[in-house]
This record gives sequence, structure tokens and C-alpha cells, in this order.
Amino acid sequence: MNEHVTMTPRHATDKPLSLAVLAMGGQGGGVLADWIVSLAEENGWMAQTTSVPGVAQRTGATIYYIEMLPTRDGKAPIFSLMPTPGDVDVVLAAELMEAGRSVLRGLVTPDKTVLIASTHRAFAVSEKQAPGDGAGNPLVVIDATDFAAKKTIAFDMDKLAVEKGSVISSALFGALAAADVLPFARQAFEATIRAGGKGIEASLRAFDAAYARAKDKPAEKLSAIPEKRLDPLPASAGHAELDRLLARIRNDFPDASQAMLFAGVKRLTDFQDPAYAGEYLDRMAALHALDRQHDGETKEFSFTAQAAKYLAVAMAYDDVIRVADLKVRASRFDRVRREVGARDDQIVYMTEYMHPRMDEICGTLPKSWGLWIENRPTLFKRLDSVVNKGRRVKTGTLFWFLGLYVVSGLRRIRRGTLRHQREMAHRDEWLAKATQTLNRNYDLAVEVLACRRLVKGYSDTHARGLSKFDRVLSSLPLLVEREDGADWLRRLRQAALLDEAGTALDGALKTVATL
Amino acid sequence: MAERSFAREVEDLKLGEGEIFRGEGILAITKALLQSGVSYVGGYQGSPISHLMDVLADAKDVMEELGVHFETSASEAAAAAMLSASVMYPVRGAVTWKSTAGTNVAADALSNLSSGGVTGGAMIIIGEDYGEGSSIMQERSHAYAMKSQLWLLTPRPNLPSIVRAVEEGFELSEASNTPVMLQVGIRSCHVHGQFVAKDNRRPAFTLRQALENPVRDVSRIVLPPASFVHEKEKLERRWPAAVEFIKARKINEHFGPETGEVGIILQGGLYNGVMRALQQLGLADVYGESAVPLYVMNISYPLIDDEIVDFCAGKSAVLMVEEGAPEYIEQALNTLLRRRDLQTRVSGKDVLPMGGEYTAPVLVKGIKSFLETHQRVLLGNQPPLPDPTPILQDPKIKALAEVVPPRPPGFCIGCPERPIFAAMKMVEEELGPHHISGDIGCHLFSILPPFNIGSTTMGYGLGPAAASAFNVKSDKKAIAVMGDGGFWHNGLATSVGNAVFNKQDNVILIVDNYYSAATGGQDIPSSRALNPRRKTNNSIVNAVKGLGATWVRQIDRTYDVAKMRDTLREALTSKDEGPKIIVASSECMLNKQRRVKPQFAKAVKDGKRMVKERFGVDEDVCTGDHACIRLSGCPSLSVKHTDDPLKDDPVAAIDNNCVGCGNCGEVSEAAVLCPSFYRADIIHNPSGWDRFVASLRAKVIGWLQARRDAARIVFAD
Repeated sequence: MNEHVTMTPRHATDKPLSLAVLAMGGQGGGVLADWIVSLAEENGWMAQTTSVPGVAQRTGATIYYIEMLPTRDGKAPIFSLMPTPGDVDVVLAAELMEAGRSVLRGLVTPDKTVLIASTHRAFAVSEKQAPGDGAGNPLVVIDATDFAAKKTIAFDMDKLAVEKGSVISSALFGALAAADVLPFARQAFEATIRAGGKGIEASLRAFDAAYARAKDKPAEKLSAIPEKRLDPLPASAGHAELDRLLARIRNDFPDASQAMLFAGVKRLTDFQDPAYAGEYLDRMAALHALDRQHDGETKEFSFTAQAAKYLAVAMAYDDVIRVADLKVRASRFDRVRREVGARDDQIVYMTEYMHPRMDEICGTLPKSWGLWIENRPTLFKRLDSVVNKGRRVKTGTLFWFLGLYVVSGLRRIRRGTLRHQREMAHRDEWLAKATQTLNRNYDLAVEVLACRRLVKGYSDTHARGLSKFDRVLSSLPLLVEREDGADWLRRLRQAALLDEAGTALDGALKTVATL
Repeated sequence: MAERSFAREVEDLKLGEGEIFRGEGILAITKALLQSGVSYVGGYQGSPISHLMDVLADAKDVMEELGVHFETSASEAAAAAMLSASVMYPVRGAVTWKSTAGTNVAADALSNLSSGGVTGGAMIIIGEDYGEGSSIMQERSHAYAMKSQLWLLTPRPNLPSIVRAVEEGFELSEASNTPVMLQVGIRSCHVHGQFVAKDNRRPAFTLRQALENPVRDVSRIVLPPASFVHEKEKLERRWPAAVEFIKARKINEHFGPETGEVGIILQGGLYNGVMRALQQLGLADVYGESAVPLYVMNISYPLIDDEIVDFCAGKSAVLMVEEGAPEYIEQALNTLLRRRDLQTRVSGKDVLPMGGEYTAPVLVKGIKSFLETHQRVLLGNQPPLPDPTPILQDPKIKALAEVVPPRPPGFCIGCPERPIFAAMKMVEEELGPHHISGDIGCHLFSILPPFNIGSTTMGYGLGPAAASAFNVKSDKKAIAVMGDGGFWHNGLATSVGNAVFNKQDNVILIVDNYYSAATGGQDIPSSRALNPRRKTNNSIVNAVKGLGATWVRQIDRTYDVAKMRDTLREALTSKDEGPKIIVASSECMLNKQRRVKPQFAKAVKDGKRMVKERFGVDEDVCTGDHACIRLSGCPSLSVKHTDDPLKDDPVAAIDNNCVGCGNCGEVSEAAVLCPSFYRADIIHNPSGWDRFVASLRAKVIGWLQARRDAARIVFAD
């Protein structure tokens, strides 16, 4: 087999078509690569695919690489086993961040690469484990891919495929056919799917839909911050009490804050009753008056706007009554059925995983009773040992439903409970801090309000949140005279949301101490 | 049963003379073994050669028809020892494993095998797990070839070349009485290509014939004085025989012009990469024409001195392209040229990087630099090179680096190992951090977020052995984690036996998921499935008790997080002597779903009453702290942004891939997280009684709900 070839002055200039598929383990990247190879081979081309799956097939990011070219004078082309950055014709990315990764790896370049990407997100562990919002900004990816690719086809192919009862590989294959980069007709793509074997009809449906979508509207608009629902103030809510609340919002507050106030009022009537929402508006009126006094108008009343949001959050705290109330609602029963995709002829039962402790029980008791038990540690402990264990609550059965129903009915006595007193005391302390700051540093006061975001969760998580809240606000004396105090408080809050233990926060607090 | 079925690929193994085989590299090797009249095959699974083992396990009929014996070896050492059948008898045998990890384990047997030499062809197919996608330390198997004198085949990475290497490898082994190693990289194992098949061959001499006519020859046994004779024989007889065979068969190849000012010497496996680099430099085309003379080593060891000298003679310089460190071939090349007094300059790792994969850009850079020094004119009017750097330096792309998250592999949806590490994290909350000695297998994903558990990994089945030094008086014990695969591979004696014998006061956690899961779900001795060809269902608990362990706890459902946590706590605080062994058992979810899903679908289709469980999150109840995710990391448990203006942070959400393993609920209950999780039991084909009870409940519940809604004054949604 020794080949002695004399030097030819001119080499053939043919180059193979090259495609890279970036996917996560379990997404069917291998199936897609195999389809592309079969497509080429069925049409008389030589094709090669390689991959480095290994352990990456366990949910990790992985890449498949394909090259294709026909033989020439009986000579088979020599294909590369890996992509060369800057020399890839088509990149197929089965998720938005994987599209970003393909750009970072240099596989997408403006002179030659057609990028076909699904815009849906599968969050990485590092993104979803943050106590705050750790999700990467999709616009950065879109900016980069638009800049780096010769042509981009990007839309949510995962959703489209699922709607057609298939998986994302079929949709990517459809988009590839629509991109007109491979010299094969649409029918050849379909024939490849048909020759494949499993789930042919569903695959073809997803293929067709993706093909049409890619031809019709190849790029999807994404927004950085997911839309929040801020309904405009309705003319009437069909009930005198509710209409009174609406009238107060309309008459007493600036236009810009009305939608948020309405959201707050809505939440609090749902949480408790219209009177409670009235108390909220009382508070808000007082806060807004203060805002006005401190030239809030020049700041577009941002203090009022911020208070409208976080006061509602503070007043609609997460207690046992609220949880029970949400769990027994008819609307929730319907939503669960919808979420799990149950058909009409199927029966669905829910099991809740609850772990009540004596702390929650005391909180739900009238203030004096709750305190009486709490002040007797031995009794508290003994009771706790009876109560404190995991309970599987089967909400669809009469016994458990009635239990939760009764707890949710405690709404009527909520205002007298120990938990309510504590929540209100915490609220007042927080608002006092904010209003005191307002005298000296308007922007900082707005940030003080926003720190309420740190208080969330249940049991230990709630306690951890409270402690972060306290630690962040402990820096107030250091910041109140500083012009950039608001920026620093915002940074502290962001740091507090980075990790569970508050390591980043400790570091940030040290920095503030040295200012 | 392996997680992937190779029923279709088995058909390809039956292809006959002249038919076209299309498929993966590793399957082409399997077919080549059958074409070579192999008598027996063994090995230990692992990327990138798992598919070879899996397809043979599925190819029972083909194998029986050909009289080929296939064994799933307990370890690479067992596989290597199996080759001893070829020492005295003219039978061809092949074994396979992941290297260098597996070769390390097999080293003892390999040394003995190569010392005594073989009669029948003995081949070791090593999947060199090097470069991108590798899961092990970056080393070269080449060293084993040199130290034990095994011939190392490194064919060009296309199917015809690889198949030819298998066929000629056996002949070479027989011609030189030396075992051979066939080295294939990750990418060439998974490369899809085609070759023209030949008929499969029945072995000429069978194992049965061997057993019934035993042959004995003291001179083949590694004992003095024979061992000294072996050394002489290896150097004076077997080596020259191999060199003669390789020359005569022209196994190494020449490409490009016959003469030239410079030339490139390369390992066969790097051929496609070098050709692509030359193509980009305008010195070759895609059909294999090259302007630079190439000497392709389809055998990297031994070197064929005369061929190399012929190639170097008349050239002012050669470039040695050899992946990985150290540069063994380059060193040998220099020695050779000094001995023959040739003045040809040798370039290699001076222009190419010492370590790392030789990608096209790396090769372009190295070859270009070599040519600039030694034959600049050849580079001529260079075409522009593919170069993404200007793009990568744009601020838009740089911003991307901050946003794109790393996505390492992790536990699968519903993995039974997740609750084990959630429990461990909870125990660490109570008792503080511990030294945790890891092993090899899926459970090592625990070192990554969100669990961040584990300090070292020392080898397969060596986790507990790696904690041996910590057997001293202390308020804390070391914890060692080991999978069931590692346990049966090496851990039983080396780790558990060692710990029992030395009365180690450590905690040993054996993760039993019923399979060798990380390598693709192959059966092992403690697998629960009935495998007609293997003896499964051997208890790990009985095995460790048999070794003398006394503190042993079996957990039959790892998803019971509270029990898992309590057992761990008990082990860590126990005053008993000797290792505290916990066997935590639940079936690998990937394999379980593969098994159960079709059964479930069929039962539903047949109208049987079936209950499907899955989890969900009440987004109104979730406050977006994500504590649940920090104790899980399940791909199915993610976050979603809501349209609720009062919520800043995304809430937890479970997607439709949830398999209802129960971990979310158990964890939130055991760690007292929050009441947002619910399990939905969906009853398919409900019975008449189901429907009766459900309608009764719906009536009462519906009435109460309507009553409450009527009394509530709220804004319409």
C-alpha cells in the first residue's frame, strides 16, 4: 500500500462542507448528526461524523462534527476529525447558550457560517442555583451571534418540536433544510427521516413546521428581562368595595405608580380582604406624601413606585394560612391538571410535601398563646417533637382537603396571630429606616425599600434571608452621607443574592467598611 | 443489559465479502475481529470502547455460530490475563479497554504475557482517552509498549485503515510472537465511515481443541531462568521478526513526493489532522495529494530504522508530529540519526506544543514554523488561514464569555445518587465538613456544583483505600465513596478488605445503582436483572460481610433522603471499630426508564390501570430562593421567570421530562425547605371504583371551593 505520488503542481481546491452540532447530552445531537450523514450518503456524497461524547452524554455540553464531499476520480476525500475555528459552514445549536458557546469556540465567523439555533433556555446549574436571578442575559448571546454569523436562523425549536410531539433534532433538521446550505432538496431530507425508523410521523411534523417557520420568520425577537404583567387600572371591578380601592389609586397617586399599586391591591385582597388592601393604600398615601415633601417629583416618585411593590410583598408574607389557601383553590386544581398534561379521562391526585414545625404552629396561634408557648422552651421542645416531621398531604382526598381548608379559613383571625404581629413589626421597622433615610439621601432610601427582596422562603431559608437583610442594612450609617450610597447598597444587595452562605456579601461588606 | 441496544448493528457484523459496512469506528473493529478468525474476546467497558463490548454482548448468535467466546471481564487485569490462552495455543484473542486507566490496571498481566510471548495472535485494543472529551488523566499508552515490548499499532483514522490494522496486527503478533496493541483515539472510535467487508472466519484451531489437548512448555513461564532467556529472545529474535514483517508488508506508508528538502513523520492517527493543516497552508488537497513528503507510522513502536533513515536521507530537516508527552518517538529519532550519522535536523516539540490535542490550528502553526525555518519557499504565496481571532476579540464576543455558563456533565434526571449527596450535604450542615475520598464513576459528579463534595480520586475501586492514611484518632471520620462498578472491579479486596483488615475507622459509602452505569449500563455481579449468560444478583452486603465487615447498613431506596441522612449521621458518630459500610441501592434512572417506559406505555395501551407520578411546583408558593436546586441539580428541576410584578427572582419549575423519582419532595421535606412541591399521581385508565371515588371527592371538594370563592371579594383575574 505504499503510495509514491509525484508532486503535482496544482492541487484540487475542493473543500468539504462542514457542520458542527452543539447539544447537551440527551438532546439527540447524535441522531441529528446521523441524519445529516445518511442524507449525504443517500445522495452519493461521502460523509463523516465524529464526536467526543464520553461522560458528556450525561447532561453535559457536547459537539458533533460532520464533513461531506463527493469522491473525485474515485478518490475518497480525507475528512478532518474536528472542526477548525473559522472554517465551519453550518453550526446547529440545540440551545441558546450552546449557540453562544459555538461563537466563543470560534466556530461561527461572518465570512462563511450559517448559524441555526434554538433560542430556548436550559439553565445550567451555575445559573439556577443562585439565590437570586442567575440566568445569563440572552441579548448578549443574540448580539454576539448576529455579529458573528453570516446568516442566522433562530427561534424556539424546542417548543415547536414538543408541540408537534417530537424532539428538537427534527426541528433543527427542518431549519437546516430551509437554510438552503446543503445541496440537497427538501424531499431528500424527508426521505432521510422516513428511512430512520422510529417516530417518523411526529418527526416529519416537527420538520415541516420548522421548515416553514425558518422560511417565514427566521429570527425571533428576545427580550432581556422577561415581561412582567402590569395591568392598567380598570374602570370598575364590579364591586363597591373594590371600586373604592380603585378610586383611591386613581385619585391619590401619580400615574406612573398606579399599575404597581393595582398589582399590590390585587395581591392583598387575595391574601386577606379589601380592608387589608385599604391599609396598604393608607400606608402608601403616607409614604407618597413624604415622597412629595422630599422633591420626589424630580425623581419621578421612584420612592413611591418602589414602596408600592415591596410594601405589597411585605404585607403578603408567606404563612401557613397563605400556603393552605393557595393549595386548596379550584383554580390550582385545574392548573395542576394542565401542568402535568392530564387528559379528561385521567384522574389526578396531588401530594404536598409539608414539614410543619412548632415555630409555624405558634405563629398561627393568637399572639398571646403563641408567645406563652414560645416562652416555655421545654414545652415548646416537647410539642415540637410531636409536630416536627415531614407530612405527605394528599390534597385530593377529603380528610386532607378538609384539614387544609380549615387552616386556610384561619384567614379571618390572621390579623391576631403572632406571625402577623411579627411581620408587621418587621415591616414598620423597615419602613422607618427607609423614611428616615429619605430625609438625607433620597436614592439610598429607594434602595432600602428594594432590600425587602432579600426576605423570602420558609423556615431556615427565611431566617437566612432575614439575616442577609439585616446585614445589608447594617451598612446604612456608613452610606447615608455618601452620594454614591445608593449604588453601594444596590451592590450589597446583589452580592447577597449571589450565594447561599453570603460569602460574596461578607466580602462586599468589608469593602464598604473601608470606604 | 447495556443502556443502548445494538440489535441493528449486530446485523452489520454479518456482512459478507464485498458488501459495504457503514458505521462507527469501534464497530468496524468488532467486525474486523470476526473477519480475522478471532477465538475469544474480552475486555472492560469504558469510553471510548464501550460500544465494542456492548455490541458483542448483543451479538450472541453471531458469536455462537462462529465459535467465538466472549467474556465481560471483571477488570482490565482479568482481560489481559485472558490473553494467556494465546501463549501455548494457536488461537487468536483480543481484549479491549480504556487507556491509560485500563492499561495501568492490566500492567501486571501484560508484562508477564509479553515476557513469555505468544503463539496465537494476541491483540489489545486500547481506546486512548486523550484530549477533548476525555474523562481521565492525560498520559500516553506508548510507554507501556516500550517498557513491556508490545507493538503499538496507530493506524490512520479511517475505517479501511483501522480494519487493515486489526487484520495485519494478528499476523504481526504471530510472526513475532509478541502481543500487539491497537491504539484508537476517542474521535476515531466514534468516527462514522465505510469499508468493504470480508466474510467472517471461524477460528482454525478452537479453544475446545486446546482444552482437550493441553500443551505445556516451561520455557514460556516467567520464572528464572526462563525470564532471562525471554529478555534475550525479545531483543534478538522477536524484535527483528517484527521489523521484517512490518517492512515486508509495508505497514507504514509514504505520501507526497518521493524526494524533498524536508519531510514530515507522523503517527497514523494524526494523518487527517496533518493533511487538513497542509491543505490550509496550500500544500495539500482534500484528496490526499501533498507537496511535502510524508512518512506515516501506522506502527508507532517499534520504529523501522531503515525506513526512517531512507526517508531522512537527502532531507535537510524532518518534522516529527507526535501527540502527547513525553516525545518518545522524537527522542528515538534523534538517537537513530546520531547512530547512523545522518545530519538531517529533527524538529518536533520545539515547534509543536508538548501536551494537548493536535488540532488543525495547532498543526498549522507548528508546520508553518517548521517550514519557515527549513524550506520557506515551499510556503510560497500562502492562502489566508481560517482565523476567528478578529471576531473573538470584538467586545460583543468578549461580553459573551461572561454570560455563557460552563455545562459539565452531571447526574441525569431522576438519578438515585442525587439524594445520597443531598443527604450528605445535610449531614455536613450538622457535623461540619469532612474529608471525602472519591472514586471513579457517575458519583464523582458530586464534586461539581451544586453538591461540591469530594476531595480526591485515586482510581477505580480505590476510593476507600485512598482514605487509609486517615485511620487515626480524631473527632471526625473520613468518608469514602465508591460505586458498585468500582467495588467489583477492584474495591472488594483493595478497598474494603484493606479497611476491614486494618480496622479503619472510616465510613465507606457504596453507591449501588445495579449497573456499571457511567460506562453505559453494563451488568456487573450485583446487577438485579436476570441475565441468562451471566450470574447476577450477588449481594454487595454479603460480600463485605464475607470479608469480615461488621457495621453494614443496606438502604434499599436512596430517595429516602431522611433515612439516608440519619444513616450517614449514625455512621459518622459510631463508636464501633472498623469501617462503617453503607450500601445505598437504587436503580440507575437512565436504565430504569429505558426498561420501564415501554412497559408502561404498553400497559396503558392495553387498557390497564396505571399510575404515573411526576412532580411540580406551585409557583405562587415558591419564593425563588432556589434552595431546592442547591440540593438537587436535576436537569428537570429548573427555574422560570414569571409575569408576577411582585416577584423579582425566577421561581422553581419542573419540566415534562420529570420521571417522578421523588427527590424534590423528599429533600424539601427532609431539609424543611418549602411547601411548593407537589407530586401528581396521574391515573391512566381509571377503574370504575376510581371514577366513583374521584367523583364523590370532586363533588364535596368542589362544593367547598365554590363556597369559598363566592365569599371572597377579589379582583377578577
